Amino acid sequence: MIFSKNFSTIPRAIAASLLATVLLNTPSHADPHPEARRILSVGGSITEIVYALGQQDRLIARDTTSSFPEEALALPDVGYMRQLSAEGVLSVDPDLILSEEGAGPPETISLLQEAGVPFEIMPSGMGPHGLVNKVRAIAETLGVPEAAEQTVNTLEADLANLQAAVASDSGEKKKVLFVLFVTDGRINASGTGTAADEIIHMAGAENAVQDFEGYKQLTDEAITAAAPDIILTMTRGGPAEELDPKAEELLAMPSISTTPAGRDGNIITMNGLYLLGFGPRTGKAGLELHDAIYGNS
Amino acid sequence: MVAMDASDSRLSGDRRHLGRLVFLCLIALLAVLAVLSLGHGASGVSGLAVIGDLLTGRDVAQTDRVILLNIRLPRLLTGILVGAALAVSGAIMQGLFRNPLADPGLLGVSAGASLGAIAAIVLGGALPAAIAGLVGWHLVPLAAFAGSWIAMLTLYAIATRQGRTSVATMLLAGIALAAMIAALSGLIIYRADDQQLRDLTFWSLGSLAGSSWTKLIAAGPVILIALTLAPAMSRGLNGLALGEAAAAHVGIRVQRVKRASVLITAAATGAAVAISGAIGFVGIVVPHLLRLITGPDHRWLLINSGLLGAAVLIAADMIARSIVVPAELPIGIITAMMGGPFFMWVLLSNRKVLDG
Repeated sequence: MIFSKNFSTIPRAIAASLLATVLLNTPSHADPHPEARRILSVGGSITEIVYALGQQDRLIARDTTSSFPEEALALPDVGYMRQLSAEGVLSVDPDLILSEEGAGPPETISLLQEAGVPFEIMPSGMGPHGLVNKVRAIAETLGVPEAAEQTVNTLEADLANLQAAVASDSGEKKKVLFVLFVTDGRINASGTGTAADEIIHMAGAENAVQDFEGYKQLTDEAITAAAPDIILTMTRGGPAEELDPKAEELLAMPSISTTPAGRDGNIITMNGLYLLGFGPRTGKAGLELHDAIYGNS
Repeated sequence: MVAMDASDSRLSGDRRHLGRLVFLCLIALLAVLAVLSLGHGASGVSGLAVIGDLLTGRDVAQTDRVILLNIRLPRLLTGILVGAALAVSGAIMQGLFRNPLADPGLLGVSAGASLGAIAAIVLGGALPAAIAGLVGWHLVPLAAFAGSWIAMLTLYAIATRQGRTSVATMLLAGIALAAMIAALSGLIIYRADDQQLRDLTFWSLGSLAGSSWTKLIAAGPVILIALTLAPAMSRGLNGLALGEAAAAHVGIRVQRVKRASVLITAAATGAAVAISGAIGFVGIVVPHLLRLITGPDHRWLLINSGLLGAAVLIAADMIARSIVVPAELPIGIITAMMGGPFFMWVLLSNRKVLDG
């Protein structure tokens, strides 16, 4: 008896993994789950939006990247979003998993689907339009589409403020270099297609390095050639804190000292999730960044 | 053959009974650990109750069934196979090189597997969509397996001249090859972005968290065949302990033993690394410990290494998945934390034997 059941799961496991591969490559429109009462949120911005929608009472656990608002830290942490443990996730007994893109590993996701736990992947929400879509998608998946209105209104107002501020700028756009971390005296900076690149654009500035995609280590010469007016970096909080690039450490680097940012000591440091999270606070974060870059207040 | 039998009985001697005793103890230990491993987990589902319900035909909740049959059971079997593969390969390599510090890493197996995995993680996105869709997320395991075999075959070809393989050349060329592979890996890592670097770190620490029936069906038979063939190596490896010339004199086909050692090790370790990432220490510590208890006779050493390797990995996995619930640690951290200090203690308390 046990064997017949056992072996019948094997072809299904294979089918499910193939299906999951297809599904994960093309995130489709999520189904609404108004009945879900035990929700696991995977991804900092998803958790933030669930709180903004006033649906936090339905959250029972979160991933490591969910560090805002502070109450979220009291929820059980199922680990880093790309290294979820299938049984660990099932142990918090979720009836819905809301996730950013990139959660994994894929084996875990397919096991969770076999266990019958709905796993809904939300759009990434880059750019002002994407952000509003993301909030609406989460509200719809939670089965409370009307709850999105207030959040979307606030968000759109913030984004409009940001756009107005950017439109009122005169003169040249400042060049901003985003530093993700520093190892062995080498700077790991943002190229194009990243959250950092996106928020720099939204704040009315220009990314100082545009010749590669993603985050890469820069050579000293590349930094000098990029000649940024501003260095932008972030604080992480928690155990990853020691990765935060320190302002004095950056300014002391020979490559940076030759740039306009280095000469004038222009370093902006913001909270990582606030700055790059693409959640409900992004309009405010963008405005704060804009004002820090262009010196309004 | 007569001379060989004589040397066999001298090798084992009074330790023969000890070997059997350890064998029986390890079987019992493995059985207990297997029951514990199926029975408990982060979810608090009692595996034994679920087994009972399944056997008596009672209704079982879908979640409980998935936790037992699709998470814990494949994970347990993967742990047993991977642990046995690493420890048996370590025992064979130590016998082949006549060096207690040898492990499959000396053949470039681990370095090759890492290079394959790194290339798949960093460059996999550049594959044509048709290929990427076909292999899906099996790309990393496949590339790791291919990498280990390419490295091992290269090394074997370098060390073999006119049908004779020089173990010394293999050792030295292995070091050179590992350095070259490391450089190539470094070159690829340089292209990696932040996300890929994190994936690389997790892969290099190893984990049984990604165990699944799919992976087990793909890699399990390779490991099983290698493990089944391994005991047949005992006589040859025992003979090699006397030195190559002496072994040849007592009728051992030395070249055949070398080739079989390399192939079995590459198959077992390559497949193990492919499905669970790089898990350190089991391959060195387990056979070493058993050699100190039951002596160098490979007839017991290989089998007992397989059992103890499996037991150690299951135990390490239970710790890895229960220490930071509901998240879990990479198992490589646990094996290194358990293995390092323990190995140090074994070495210090056996200094006389080792120096003697």
